[in-house]
Amino acid sequence: MADIVQILTTNPLARQLGVPQPTDLRRGRELPSGPVVLATAGGPGSLVRQTLDLLGINPLDALVDTPATRVTETDEEGRTREVPPSYPSRIGAIVLDATALTTVEDLEQVRAVLRPALRSLEASGRVVVVGLEPDTAGAPTAVASQQALQGITRTVGKELRKGATANLVLVDLLTGTPTTAADLASTLSFLLEGRSAYVSGEILHVGHAGDAAAPAPARRPFEGQIVVVTGAGRGIGAAIAETFARDGAMVVAVDVAAGGEGLSKVANRIGGHALQLDITAPDAGSRIAGHVAQRFGEAARIHTVVHNAGITRDKLLVNTDEERWASVLEVNLAAQIRINAVLLERSLPGGLDDGGRIVTVSSTTGLAGNAGQASYAASKAGLLGLVRAMGADPRLAERGITVNAVAPGVIATEMWGKVPLVKRELGQRMNSLQQAGRPVDVAEAIAHLADPATAAVTGQVLRVEGQLMIGA
Amino acid sequence: MSEQQMTSVPQPQTVPVPRDAVIVGGNRIPFGKAGGAYASASNQAMLTAALDGLVARFGLAGQQVGEVAAGAVLKHSRDFNLTRESVLGSALAPTTPAYDLQQACGTGLETVIQVANKIRLGQLDSGIAGGVDSASDAPIAVGEGLRKALIKANAARTPMQRVKALAGIRPGDLAPETPRNAEPRTGLSMGEHQARTALQWGVPREAQDELAVASHHHLARAWDSGFFDDLATGFLRLSRDEGLRPDTSVERLAQLQPVFGRGEGATMTAGNSTPLSDGAAVVLLSTREWAAERHLPVLARFVDAEVAAVDYVSGDEGLLMAPAYAVPRLLARRGLTLQDFDCYEIHEAFASTVLATLKAWESEEFCRDRLGLDAPLGRIDRDRLNVNGSSLAAGHPFAATGGRIVATLAKLLSEKGPGSRGLVSICAAGGQGVVAILEGC
Repeated sequence: MADIVQILTTNPLARQLGVPQPTDLRRGRELPSGPVVLATAGGPGSLVRQTLDLLGINPLDALVDTPATRVTETDEEGRTREVPPSYPSRIGAIVLDATALTTVEDLEQVRAVLRPALRSLEASGRVVVVGLEPDTAGAPTAVASQQALQGITRTVGKELRKGATANLVLVDLLTGTPTTAADLASTLSFLLEGRSAYVSGEILHVGHAGDAAAPAPARRPFEGQIVVVTGAGRGIGAAIAETFARDGAMVVAVDVAAGGEGLSKVANRIGGHALQLDITAPDAGSRIAGHVAQRFGEAARIHTVVHNAGITRDKLLVNTDEERWASVLEVNLAAQIRINAVLLERSLPGGLDDGGRIVTVSSTTGLAGNAGQASYAASKAGLLGLVRAMGADPRLAERGITVNAVAPGVIATEMWGKVPLVKRELGQRMNSLQQAGRPVDVAEAIAHLADPATAAVTGQVLRVEGQLMIGA
Repeated sequence: MSEQQMTSVPQPQTVPVPRDAVIVGGNRIPFGKAGGAYASASNQAMLTAALDGLVARFGLAGQQVGEVAAGAVLKHSRDFNLTRESVLGSALAPTTPAYDLQQACGTGLETVIQVANKIRLGQLDSGIAGGVDSASDAPIAVGEGLRKALIKANAARTPMQRVKALAGIRPGDLAPETPRNAEPRTGLSMGEHQARTALQWGVPREAQDELAVASHHHLARAWDSGFFDDLATGFLRLSRDEGLRPDTSVERLAQLQPVFGRGEGATMTAGNSTPLSDGAAVVLLSTREWAAERHLPVLARFVDAEVAAVDYVSGDEGLLMAPAYAVPRLLARRGLTLQDFDCYEIHEAFASTVLATLKAWESEEFCRDRLGLDAPLGRIDRDRLNVNGSSLAAGHPFAATGGRIVATLAKLLSEKGPGSRGLVSICAAGGQGVVAILEGC
């Protein structure tokens, strides 16, 4: 049912009154409709060009805004002004390779290519800047200049309209394990496609996958793979299960027995399995592995575990007793630490495969805190530490296992629908895309991190929050 | 004592069957109290939910199984094809055949027998058996006078004839006929019948209350331990059986007034009688090969079954005592004794039904005069009886009880290991009893 604010924002009159109108975002495995433009800053980098090559994208050269390239425009009243050169038609994306950028002066080149591109960017277009991990850039000036890219990209994200996004990808080029085009391909593909609809103002870190080169991105990357999703009976969990199934996975959908009705529907819709269990049970990990071993054979292994199950028991900290506190930390944090430990036993039938993926669902509340959610924020912040530590674990790296988190912001789920109207409306407008995300947006980010092609990303947090204006 | 009962005891023999029928698993929705969580859920909705949970558990979405056999005791006339309609609404392939079967409270177990036998004969490789009942959404019929008048009016050829037919309706005809939990031939409710049996066998009130408390405590412990994680699927707002009282006690039950029987000898209360319930349960059966091809578990093997009926109308035997006859016949055929079982699942229509049946098997007189046996069947180890609770705690949606018991017992036997043996005994309206033996795999 339409509420008053929905009426206000969808009524034609509201548009005339200046109420911001959310754009229908491009979603799914769709590239922008216009061409992809490639630019460089600081020198001719080759990483991004090679990566686009791998993705089969043939980029246009960027137009550059200099006093010499500007054109004079005359308006109806005969006044003239200088405008940047303009693309013949709308462009779908600009990808800027700034890996060679080392000086403050080089930053002018960033401005010069972005200005014409932003004027011609289509709805749900993309700005992707590729820079160096600043701390690896060497001289203080180089570090400063690389760091400046973060300010530029995040500001562009806030200035863009009509569902366009801006993100910064940081790579290693000057270290002993430089990022290759194969490492970068999956992340660049994700950012250009509609899968990243609700990811903006974000900084993504891509390292190097090691000896085993990452496979090229594929349309159905999970074909024949087993993916376990907890909390799959509803909301974001159901969307995660559906997205993995769309991409070829055999999904084992896990939820508590109380959520069995929704779980059955999800499992049957995607041709997966429903596995009812309480993830806080001491034997939860071995039951998951046991199910996989029994139902897919002793040799079967899990490719991806998505820890999505979570609860809230919101109260101000001054009103929180030990029972409330413990239940949230137990479900949201302790249970998955135990399950990971079991599934990571290498000889365990039905455990996590080499080259496997662990993705956990944190929250922007974990990054920023939220009044009344101390236990929840504790658990979700704890997950960030967990993935960072596991991402740095050489034993997992050796097995090609990556561990990452997503941090959803405001996502339009049934739960979100119960938030009081004004708080809800304010919440979902206070981001660069001026709308709430959808469960599928979180699911796409998780599937991206779990993708076999995303082998060079580990220990990271990917926020799916449309660039919140407030908070961290 | 009828001659027939005695002569029908067969000698031990082994009946060769071509292959085993095994129980892969089961699913039920938590059982609701009449007028409770499922008050507005239809039989079809509940049976469909039970099927969908089973399909999801075993990853059978879009697949065809050999057949689905299920039934309901209280059925609307529009539900003439209840099981087939439920299959069409489920995630099973629409090419899955289905039919309805009904044998009062024995319905669920009878469908298991039917499907298992077809599998054993090679007519099916797989099948789903089960049942559903709603005491909340029970059919209500118009009274006989109104019904006849309406049929006449419908058949009328002229408006005058029609007016004449409708004018024959009297105010008294307008009272609806609701289904009664009463035997058509005696007019007595099942509880009244059982009260006679309880009195006849001298089943004390305390023993009945103790059995009821054990049922609640056992069932609560099973839910707490996650035993039903792969046997039940939440439905609507229920994630556990609605009538379950984990904290009930003998002291608390002792305070209840008897509702069946009269005077001093009245021992049956709402606490030791099964409440009217809503729910559905289904069981997946197959050959060993069918299960192996799909990497599905095999919990138990269906061994054999027997059905008996008693002449309760003349008062020769109690309404719910037929299992007391069916079990010895089955034991004789399999060459087993009553003590050869690791688990006993005796449906708790009333606590006194279970206790009277056990007393009968312990009675020298009954076993000699009624069963024609040289010695009584003897006692069972009560620690092996209904170890994870039964109908007193879970509730008893008539046709769903067989599926609940078979799936529960199959899992218990699978935990006990290969060769473990379980006995199912279910009494039914009409003086019938359906019993079966399962063996752990």
